[in-house]
Amino acid sequence: MSSFAQKHKKLERNVTLLAVAAFAVVAVGGIVEIAPLFWIDNTIEKVEGMRPYTPLELAGRNIYMREGCYNCHSQMVRPFRDEVERYGHYSLAAESMYDHPFQWGSKRTGPDLARVGKRYSDEWHVQHLIDPRSVVPESIMPGYAFLAKRELKAGDMTAHLKAQRTVGVPYSDDDIAKANDDLFAQADPEADTADLLARYPKAQARDFDGNPAKLTEMDALVAYLQMLGTLVDFESAAPQEIER
Amino acid sequence: MTGLTMKAGIWLILAILAMLASALAVDSGFAVHMVIVALAALLAMMGTLRSADWGGIARGILRMPDEGHYDDDPVRWGVIATVFWGMAGFLAGLFIALQLAFPALNLGLEYTSFGRLRPLHTSAVIFAFGGNALIATSFYVVQRTCRARLAFPGLARFVFWGYQLFIVLAATGYLLGITEAREYAEPEWYVDLWLTIVWVAYLAVFVGTIVKRSEPHIYVANWFYLSFILTIAMLHIVNNLSMPVSLLGSKSYSAFAGVQDALTQWWYGHNAVGFFLTAGFLAMMYYFVPKQAERPIYSYRLSIIHFWSLIFLYIWAGPHHLHYTALPDWAQTLGMVFSVMLWMPSWGGMINGLMTLNGAWDKVRTDPIIRMMVMALAFYGMSTFEGPMLSIKSVNSLSHYTDWTIGHVHSGALGWNGMITFAAIYYLTPRLWNRNRLYSLRMVNWHFWLATIGIVFYASSMWVSGIMQGLMWREYGADGYLVYAFSDTVRAMFPMYVLRAFGGLLYLAGAVCMVINVWRTILGHLREEAPMSDAAFDPAKDRPITQKPAAVPAE
Amino acid sequence: MNYNDLRHFADSYGLAAMVLLYFCLCAWAFRPGSRRSNQDAAHLIFAEDGEPATHDRKNDHG
Repeated sequence: MSSFAQKHKKLERNVTLLAVAAFAVVAVGGIVEIAPLFWIDNTIEKVEGMRPYTPLELAGRNIYMREGCYNCHSQMVRPFRDEVERYGHYSLAAESMYDHPFQWGSKRTGPDLARVGKRYSDEWHVQHLIDPRSVVPESIMPGYAFLAKRELKAGDMTAHLKAQRTVGVPYSDDDIAKANDDLFAQADPEADTADLLARYPKAQARDFDGNPAKLTEMDALVAYLQMLGTLVDFESAAPQEIER
Repeated sequence: MTGLTMKAGIWLILAILAMLASALAVDSGFAVHMVIVALAALLAMMGTLRSADWGGIARGILRMPDEGHYDDDPVRWGVIATVFWGMAGFLAGLFIALQLAFPALNLGLEYTSFGRLRPLHTSAVIFAFGGNALIATSFYVVQRTCRARLAFPGLARFVFWGYQLFIVLAATGYLLGITEAREYAEPEWYVDLWLTIVWVAYLAVFVGTIVKRSEPHIYVANWFYLSFILTIAMLHIVNNLSMPVSLLGSKSYSAFAGVQDALTQWWYGHNAVGFFLTAGFLAMMYYFVPKQAERPIYSYRLSIIHFWSLIFLYIWAGPHHLHYTALPDWAQTLGMVFSVMLWMPSWGGMINGLMTLNGAWDKVRTDPIIRMMVMALAFYGMSTFEGPMLSIKSVNSLSHYTDWTIGHVHSGALGWNGMITFAAIYYLTPRLWNRNRLYSLRMVNWHFWLATIGIVFYASSMWVSGIMQGLMWREYGADGYLVYAFSDTVRAMFPMYVLRAFGGLLYLAGAVCMVINVWRTILGHLREEAPMSDAAFDPAKDRPITQKPAAVPAE
Repeated sequence: MNYNDLRHFADSYGLAAMVLLYFCLCAWAFRPGSRRSNQDAAHLIFAEDGEPATHDRKNDHG
């Protein structure tokens, strides 16, 4: 016992030992909790329909992040009766498997957006984003009128897709090569989008902001909102429940 | 001389590189940031080159006393920075609270919308106000408890100014829309890299000072500071792993996706609370409470157990932010169990702090700084009870996504972190500037009451609004349909949002008292005021009852 | 050894071992022999400059 006490004294008097011991104690929790998530295969059950974002959707998602939408909107429906009735089927892990970063959110100052896609018309979204209180009088959301006026400058989308591929999103070489064309084609009613739709199933190609002449930030954001939660078909396929 | 030229040359090269990066930037936000970096490098170069005694000039402006036994200049700057960033953060908080009640205040500008200002508020109070308080107090405490001057004084100055640059880059980034969009970890990749460099320097200064100590024992406050510095380094590096789109652009994509990203983020996020806002501030508690009470800590052994239990348990608690989400169940349960267990060491620490006043409880009445410390510990106890309760899954199913969480965070942040920091600032200011006392103790008293009443307004309005909204969301009518649309719940919260903003206003008013008080203490003014402990004393009555009234002569 | 084995170990023997270790560490911190050194450590912050803070400094220094 006394030799043990000597050791303890040593710990209290040796900063290296103290630091190493503290760091080891702190590391345990993270290793046990987080590491398994990366190598257990049942963390994410594969589901039918998931695909990477189209360049336009990705650009819209970046605007969603830039404006801090995650501060007030969650994208995670919990498995409760009221939430499922209000927002739709509860969220599966696989539905955010290509989300770098995740946008589950922590606060619902506004409603959940995980399945907002195709619930409202494009016109509703544009009007709501420009002046929220003109369509929902009780809303306390800021207005984003500038999105409709501003041309979309998403940068070089090939670089974006390449960076995404580096962190594990399965974009094909073809997707990357055509990224900049895809960005414009998806919101251009004149463009031939057969190839785009073949590579990105269930993508919606049309002019989103009511101004076909110009590709605006509004186009990108509405394109992103309109695809949220629309990829996995919960009606038809066999129930793809995962072990929770 | 050559060393000086070298140093200046390095700063110049950095400035030129930053200007170059700015010219070649792929997005305007990155260009703006590189200009800021170039300006900072140029300032650093001027500081190196000009032979003027910058330290002397700064001491003149800031009325700093000459160098004492300890290297206190970075501590003095840190106290001023803490007060400054505190005001900025509180003001931003009040503004966004008003935005939620009156959305017209978003002004229709992208730079003033809630989504961009909210990260500005959270980062300003946590990292700018809290971070500066932690760096300043740790530099103060480590020198006193080790009886040694700071190791690497130059590096300590780099830590201070480097950290301010980090704050400026982060804050301007939020306004410009440069964000990684993960709460409390919003700064982009290059700002994260810069913070990593600053943080390693901070660790070097802190550990270096401990190594050269002349006191064999390492005081427990330093254990808490050390674990805070180490753990924040680990969390920051792992959580911010990301892939930049371009080395000349601000945008990056997180290395993790979906559920993994969520867990690393909340492992980081909760331990930003656990180690930044708890371990670090407990270190302040373990030094300043005994010093101000002039009594040793109630039980040094309890503090040792407190330390190891706290750092071991805290790190597991993150998943309680992800209850009922797509995170695997076992991880959620682990998070809940450890959060509930965390209640014990938290209260152990609170009891240890409070019982330090055993036998000196009268000081709560006579010393407003002690009163602030006691209130800080009381709020620490309250929020570390509320936290485990909210982490129980069934409670969390109601509270999650509502204002209850916001109220919980603020009773901890305003009550515990704010109050203990204010107390430490009031303790430090007269000592650092060699003043006999603070400008005014009565203003400290005002600050105390304004802040306390402000927190009461804030926390209670958020309880009502959070529980009300949670219940409204799940309310079913007799017909089997949901009763309320989401917009109904938003309308119902309006009065609570106004009350919350009022609470914030009171808290800010208290902080204004502190600014005046600290300012005038630095200037060396003393307010003429009646002492705080004012037991009635009448010298005329202070005599034995021997002298009888003169007898009226009988007729 | 797969993940499930580890989990079963973690919530049985692993858990018991950790709890036992924890109580031993607590008992050790509170053992009577450490009273003096803990008292010294608690008073360390009040010692005047240059004065040795611990009574037993020469006994166990170095």
